Amino acid sequence: MTSFRLNGREVSVETPEDAPLLWAIRDEAGLTGTKFGCGIAQCGACTVHVEGQAVRACVTPVSAVAGLSVVTIEGLDPKGEHPLQKAWVETQAPQCGYCQSGQIMQAAALLAATPHPTDAEIEAAMAGNLCRCMAYVRIKDAIKLAASRGTAA
Amino acid sequence: MNAIALSRRSFLVTATAAGAAFAFAAPAEAAGGYEPTIWYSIGKDGTITVHVIRAEMGQHVGTAIARIVADELEADWSKVKIDHVDSDPKWGLMVTGGSWSVWQSYPLYSQAGAAGRTALIEAGAKLLGVAPGDCVARNGAVVAGKTSIGYGDIVAKGGVSRTFTPEELAKMPVKPAAERRMIGKPAPARDIPGKTNGKGVYGLDAKVPGMIYARPKLPPTRNGAKVTAIDDTAAKAVPGFIKAVALDDPSGTVPGWVMVYGETFVAADRAADALKVTWTPGDTAKVSEADLQKHAGDLIADASKGSLVVNDDGVDAAFAAAKSTLEATYTTATALHFQMEPVNALAFEKDGLFEIHTGNQWQSLALPWLAQALGRKPETIVLRTYLLGGGFGRRLNGDYAVGAALASKAMGGKPVKMVLTRPDDTRFDSPRSPSVQKVRMAFGEGGRVTAMTHDACAGWPTEVMAPFFMPKGANGVAFDPFAINGANHWYSVGAHRVRAISNDLASRTFRPGWLRSVGPGWTNWAVESFMDEAAHAAGADPLAFRLKMLDATGRNAGSAPNAVGGAKRQAAVLKRLADKAGWGKPLPADTGLGIATTFGQERDMPTWVACGARVKVDRATGAAKVEKLTLVADCGTVVSPDGALAQMQGAALWGLSLALFEGTAFENGEPKDLNLDSYTPLRMTDVPDLDIEFVQSDLAPVGLGEPATTVVGPAIGNAIFNAVGARVRHLPIRPEAVKAALKA
Repeated sequence: MTSFRLNGREVSVETPEDAPLLWAIRDEAGLTGTKFGCGIAQCGACTVHVEGQAVRACVTPVSAVAGLSVVTIEGLDPKGEHPLQKAWVETQAPQCGYCQSGQIMQAAALLAATPHPTDAEIEAAMAGNLCRCMAYVRIKDAIKLAASRGTAA
Repeated sequence: MNAIALSRRSFLVTATAAGAAFAFAAPAEAAGGYEPTIWYSIGKDGTITVHVIRAEMGQHVGTAIARIVADELEADWSKVKIDHVDSDPKWGLMVTGGSWSVWQSYPLYSQAGAAGRTALIEAGAKLLGVAPGDCVARNGAVVAGKTSIGYGDIVAKGGVSRTFTPEELAKMPVKPAAERRMIGKPAPARDIPGKTNGKGVYGLDAKVPGMIYARPKLPPTRNGAKVTAIDDTAAKAVPGFIKAVALDDPSGTVPGWVMVYGETFVAADRAADALKVTWTPGDTAKVSEADLQKHAGDLIADASKGSLVVNDDGVDAAFAAAKSTLEATYTTATALHFQMEPVNALAFEKDGLFEIHTGNQWQSLALPWLAQALGRKPETIVLRTYLLGGGFGRRLNGDYAVGAALASKAMGGKPVKMVLTRPDDTRFDSPRSPSVQKVRMAFGEGGRVTAMTHDACAGWPTEVMAPFFMPKGANGVAFDPFAINGANHWYSVGAHRVRAISNDLASRTFRPGWLRSVGPGWTNWAVESFMDEAAHAAGADPLAFRLKMLDATGRNAGSAPNAVGGAKRQAAVLKRLADKAGWGKPLPADTGLGIATTFGQERDMPTWVACGARVKVDRATGAAKVEKLTLVADCGTVVSPDGALAQMQGAALWGLSLALFEGTAFENGEPKDLNLDSYTPLRMTDVPDLDIEFVQSDLAPVGLGEPATTVVGPAIGNAIFNAVGARVRHLPIRPEAVKAALKA
């Protein structure tokens, strides 16, 4: 049994301590917005925040988040209206959408640390997030749009 | 050419024969609402529910199709709902691929919308006590001067029940382009908000109470493997492990699979790793990429092999009489779908119905396999529809649904959620087959092109999975049209011969897949690289050389409704591209602009597209950096402008990714790159400047999901040549190949 805060609520999960946090979030806590892509931290579809840092839930053992705060796409904003989420809709960024929870969580961590990133900073921060539909142009536009409004941090 | 045309027709005929496909089932006053056709209904509250049979995999197809109906129906867009339907025989052929969705749906749904509008005006006029001729339909209401009545009220008053015969519908006039209020106008895609907040439900997210999990333990070969022993000693030590079962598959879809069950996915996953299975592998356990390519080369060298897809008279005579000839061989490597959501499905039996919950692109293809595998009638099986975490053709092949269904059947119909890991998904992928192509051209007086031949050999997905879609070539041999499209181009080259050859070693080693654009992904690599080589051989400018042959004569003149204008439109797109990309203008050292043009995928629904790639080559390393891609497309009417642009952006970057970043190789009967540590699709850092333009047109809308993938590779290859004089003939283009070509 591992306890941690998930989107602001205390939870205790039975998923083995050495198993990936991803499956505790998806299959035990029932929050399926966080996706399974590669299982080796190379695609970013499983990105969540642990204490505000973007981490790959597919390689993070459950034990590593004991007592910590985990935020998933469902908890990023109570109404799903985080400036990045709004920018994502305005730029019509998603295609199939499967990677987008991870993209948004990665971008949210970026803007929290660097509210006005340069193009190079955006690319460096987002290089670990694969979009197989290759919606990169709009993902980048959406991040810049949210950053330009200065409210994303 | 006729063979290709026939394939399109037979496709539609087959579609119709499969059920009520493109017919309109006798409509009726649906429970509480009005259903002018099976394609949509209007409720008493005015809600219009459009039934969409196409899978949502990123193309926002529901929005595009619903707006086609809504425009003709003069509906209030805010009251339109999109329903991605489950499989049902009443829908007829259910397939999402080939960039066909809008093209096939447009006439159907626009005439259905027009029918509803006609009926509602008649009924509304009666209720308003005016003549129908004094009424117009606008924004979900029938309006006569200052009075009006909403569609919902008309339905609620039971005032509308008119039905339409298929003949009436086929004759139903649609609005002139100037009267369109939604088609061609921007609108946010309805599927997008749920893709930003975690609420979108994909196949992987499907769940029912009491379900258990499973992961297959895959055999060493895709075909022919037999389980000889299962040792679950170590698996039993995994908490939550339930059991392991060798699946019995009468359909032969998942031979040699052992299903490993667990109380959780973690348990099933770990137990599958721990489980020891011994197989007798199939006979392809040692096959390598080199074996596949050598076999293709041998088949090409044997003139008796293959199907003559284009077979003009006089080819051999033209070569015999030629002043000069040119020959080149082009190859492409195995490429993976790598859709981000690994294949998965939830299956169970309930109330006599076997339910498969999964994202799928071709329900009509998977259902007969499922029926055979389960030993049930197809009408007792349903595929429930979910969002697809990427399609790209992978989920046209629903083989994974069979594995899940059998997994449930082996547990007495209990709900089983089967999930493949990423390496499992890659090993079980239906990759794009490696290909070998030999192209020849004959030149007469003054460099005039007098003949061309194109021999292409690859694994054929349609032969393996849907042979009923294979037309016959001029020599009576059936061929996979999707694997040779592109070679039957719109250039007037004199006497033309295209020979398509199935690589039987490929189709024994793996299940060749339809991967975004299928054949045009490799045939155009050959055609468009060769056009540049031929131009240089003839001492001509590659742009002028192409334009001269895009003369729209003979069979290249085009025909209504989909190919109006023929090669003239391709020439127009290419000219516009050349202007836009700055063809002929000076460029910095070691930088080149390369051009390529194609007709998208099929001669029956050409999407005219051209690309200019500006590439800088590092002579020391051979690395090619794509700085800018310029694309021009003529797809007829653009239904959803922003969605169309998104498809072009994604498809162009796919073309770039396949050209420079992807590609794998078969090794011991399987792809060698199983995950992103060594398979490296394009990332945000690799994105060049993109400049994309659509030709304004009111002509029939055709497809857009794939055409841009077909032009980028050869444009890059031609740019590399123009930059540093190195000709590459293999995809993907690796720096070593550029370096080697520089020395040549």
